[in-house]
Amino acid sequence: MYRYDSFDHKIQAERVVQFRDQVRRRLNDELSEDAFRILRLQNGLYMQIHAYMMRIAVPYGLVSSAQMRMFAHIARKYDRGYGHFTTRQNIQFNWLKLPDAPDILADLATVEMHANQTSGNCIRNITSDEFAGVAQDEIIDPRPYAEILRQWSTFHPEFAYLPRKFKFAITGAVNDRAAIAVHDIGLQAVKNAAGEVGFRVLVGGGLGRTPVIGVELCDFVPWQHLLTYSESVVRVYNEYGRRDNLYKARIKILVKALGIAEFKRQVEADWQFTKNGAGTITQAELDRVSAFFVAPNYQALSNVDLNAIDNPAFASWVKRSVKAHKQAGYAAVVLSLKKTGIAPGDATAEQMDAAAELAEQFSFGELRITHMQNLVLADVPQSELFALWERAKKLGMATANIGLLTDMICCPGGDFCTLANARSIPLAKALAECFEDMDFQHDIGELEMNISGCINACGHHHVGHIGILGVDKDGEEWYQVQLGGAQGNDASLGKVIGRSFSFEQMPEVIARLLQVYVRERDDGERFIDTVRRIGLEPYKTELYGTPIEADEALKAPDYELLKVGVAYDMPYYSPRF
Amino acid sequence: MIIKNKTVLNDDWQVLRLSEGELPESVVVQGARVIVPLKVWLAQREVLQARAELGVWLASDERAESLAEDIAKFAVIAVDFPKFADGRGYSIAHHLRVRLNYHGELRAIGEVLRDQIFYMQRAGFDAFAPRADKDCAAVLKGLSDFSLSYQASSDEALPLFRRVTRGL
Repeated sequence: MYRYDSFDHKIQAERVVQFRDQVRRRLNDELSEDAFRILRLQNGLYMQIHAYMMRIAVPYGLVSSAQMRMFAHIARKYDRGYGHFTTRQNIQFNWLKLPDAPDILADLATVEMHANQTSGNCIRNITSDEFAGVAQDEIIDPRPYAEILRQWSTFHPEFAYLPRKFKFAITGAVNDRAAIAVHDIGLQAVKNAAGEVGFRVLVGGGLGRTPVIGVELCDFVPWQHLLTYSESVVRVYNEYGRRDNLYKARIKILVKALGIAEFKRQVEADWQFTKNGAGTITQAELDRVSAFFVAPNYQALSNVDLNAIDNPAFASWVKRSVKAHKQAGYAAVVLSLKKTGIAPGDATAEQMDAAAELAEQFSFGELRITHMQNLVLADVPQSELFALWERAKKLGMATANIGLLTDMICCPGGDFCTLANARSIPLAKALAECFEDMDFQHDIGELEMNISGCINACGHHHVGHIGILGVDKDGEEWYQVQLGGAQGNDASLGKVIGRSFSFEQMPEVIARLLQVYVRERDDGERFIDTVRRIGLEPYKTELYGTPIEADEALKAPDYELLKVGVAYDMPYYSPRF
Repeated sequence: MIIKNKTVLNDDWQVLRLSEGELPESVVVQGARVIVPLKVWLAQREVLQARAELGVWLASDERAESLAEDIAKFAVIAVDFPKFADGRGYSIAHHLRVRLNYHGELRAIGEVLRDQIFYMQRAGFDAFAPRADKDCAAVLKGLSDFSLSYQASSDEALPLFRRVTRGL
């Protein structure tokens, strides 16, 4: 993976000094909260319901064991012993105090990490394929380009105060696992007829209040021009993106308003001034960065017949968690952070330390965070899979549910987030408990169920096969259900099925959707394919044909998790206290 | 007082802002060194260009291209930041420096604060008139927040990867 040189270290060290001074000025009131807010957001620091939350960047989802141990250290020293992995491949800590924030950044810098631009109206962390470098369907390893983009976007002087946030995703594989169609800029590394590398550029995709699938801005931007071209896209957005309405400020609204042809004309008009200029990526720089992403020291191994191991539980885990690898004798392994009863994506300090150790023992000391909120060990010898499984099982990270119903994407929701209209984590817990049975889940097969606690869609509900959106009706939480969303190459946006449901009705709602699927599916047909084939009507009939009783058991305080009986630490300047 | 060339200086340029009811074509431009709104320049061009020295300022929703024909006529061009979170001024500065090849004084006015002027300088500003309640000496410190940057920009012709031997 990429390692900092003295220049990267110096820039990051200066950032820590800068933020430490800003925090000092806030604490002695030289800086107003209004002025400070934007500065702290650009250092990943939010003020949530209970305390400050910090979102730490995991560039393109790649972490070393040393970095994972630093997360554990932060969880223990500054937080409550756990962290939350996010859909943007980052990690968040929920229970922080403002005076600690500069120390956390300083600690992170010792392992070449930061929280730069993980919030705010600027270019955010660049996300990528969690199987980059090892996937069999990969054409080009996107990580060197992602790192070059990371450096370019870090403290870009022109783009710190954009109309709204700006997200890049990059993939280099046939199958898109980076959800590039729902990003402000989606980059697909491709080769042209001459074998030269370039990028197909999508623009204006996104979820949130107005979900849009991105459209093609350019079919081939040669890699040398990636930065100058991106710069022109962001510049046109900075100048012309709406600033009068927060909800219409993303680039997708501008692209829709101008039309893709006019938007492209403006980008190219601007690009003429910088194309081939100093921002053009040099072969030397690409070579330097690429050298950090060469294959690790693989042994010459043969593929192992895993069916020969007579253990049904292991076989079930292999089926869900073990992914094909381009190197013979190796596999990529997904460690599930979706054990029933645990908030999706959460990991304790002990699990982080243990995962770091597993990475060292089985996978060259590196891990990836997935946008599905799980961990990946990308380079595991197949002969070690059984041993790894036994270890992961003890750590609660071997649930064989990857890609299944309980592998839900879930935002922090009303338990933590000031934006949320409804709780997400307790709903995920209730649904996981209801559908925990592994035989049932394996029978249902591939299913993505995504839960967002509000319209901002951190839980990617628009692209879940089943999408659940928390809505507020007269101060009460309700859940709207969507069907037919998907990520990947055939990305689509889900359609709202009808009027919303109460928290206590939701397990029965999901059960009925699954009943329709089981009744209607053709042989081997996935849930999403059935929805696409038969449309929403049969599901509507099932849901609204007869009343849905509330599950009284879900009114127990247990489902309120953090809401009752917890003594919160008093944060500084929290508007809620 | 303003910040220019990384020092605090006295400055006698006046920024003309139209009051309610004043019109660009009829407002009387008084004083020797005045920075007029773009609209006033466009409305009173014939008269104003006879002046020995003139400045013009752009609002954040105005375009650098409006000055394309006249860029050499001004002793100072200013860009207004109505709120520090309105980042259009950075791209206006880019256009003035890169597309219009403007080499004269480029001044940030409006909500100009310590925590933003480092980026402003990088984007092409070389003079800063901090918000009236701010102390120039304190704001000036913001210019030295970083000694090093990744990107090419107005104050640094080459990106880091062309400027140094990376990997050291």
